[in-house]
Amino acid sequence: METFKLTVNGQSKQVTVDPSTPLLWVLREELKMTGTKYGCGISACGACTVHLAGIATRSCVVPVSLIGDRPIVTIEGIGQDPVGRVVQNAWVSEDVVQCGYCQSGQIMSAVALLKSIRKPTDTNIEESMGGNLCRCGTYVRIRKAIKTASQKLA
Amino acid sequence: MVHSRVSRLRRTFTVVLVGWAAGSITISGAAGQESAQTGRSTQAKHEAGLAAWQQVYSVLTHPRCINCHTATNYPQQGDDRHRHLFNVVRGPGGKGVPGLNCATCHQEANAESTGVPGAHNWHLAPLSMKWQDVNDNILPSGEVCRSLTDRSKNDNLDGSGILRHHQREPLVLWAFKPGRRRDGTARSLPPLSHEEFVAATGTWIEAGMPCP
Repeated sequence: METFKLTVNGQSKQVTVDPSTPLLWVLREELKMTGTKYGCGISACGACTVHLAGIATRSCVVPVSLIGDRPIVTIEGIGQDPVGRVVQNAWVSEDVVQCGYCQSGQIMSAVALLKSIRKPTDTNIEESMGGNLCRCGTYVRIRKAIKTASQKLA
Repeated sequence: MVHSRVSRLRRTFTVVLVGWAAGSITISGAAGQESAQTGRSTQAKHEAGLAAWQQVYSVLTHPRCINCHTATNYPQQGDDRHRHLFNVVRGPGGKGVPGLNCATCHQEANAESTGVPGAHNWHLAPLSMKWQDVNDNILPSGEVCRSLTDRSKNDNLDGSGILRHHQREPLVLWAFKPGRRRDGTARSLPPLSHEEFVAATGTWIEAGMPCP
């Protein structure tokens, strides 16, 4: 066991865990922040996506020992970000969610996309969101919500 | 009297001439031998260089290296060099796209508990350094060699730059310590150790970087 100091959504946290523990388990089990979801555990579905120093990151495959001092932002904190707020509003206005399980990850990836590319094309959206799976098949509404958010951010 | 003096002079001249000629033959014979030796040595060095290149090529085309030297819009994974899962694409800088960067999963070091490989600045090689065709077939030895030595394609590296890349580049070093897969088994290694790879690169460069 080892103690790690983390910055999560702007707040300092301290956890004592096995260094090989993936960040997702630290968030959900140690910090009780359950907004980030466990989907596949092998970075294949994107449900566990958080931002690590601004980069959309699959928290299920990143051991806590490799995080260092990089700040972490989760779905619980993304609404504090101006782009994140706009994306969440677009998700509501376009009524994207069906079961909702994958949507934390979808929103985190969409925010990362829109922070880099303010007016994404369909190809940009397909490439950037291609690693986020939705078993309900809400892809059409996800694309629409990203375009709505893009217009709001223009 | 005059006749005998002339005759003596003629004999002397002849002796000198013969001597000079013999000397010349000796000198030119030595130079010829030296030139032949130099030729043999140059040829041997060239052949050693080509042999060293084949060793280098065997590493470059191993999955740990070639999986990120694709000619396509995606990297590959595994010893069977299948297309990278999760819809990963190359992106403009070879580091994926926003929301799905290489760093979305690949960190600064191997993640042994989750099986995700990692090293500093994980990215795809540029398309100019592709060692496969668009159908994922490995390019022939000569073609890879010519690309690698073409400074308009290789980020303007000369021989010492290529050697340094093989010695120090974190992603090259990673190939020799690639960590474990998700199932806990060790990833396969290139056919040479890193030391042997660097030595072979050095021999090839020393020989003038010959290409087959």
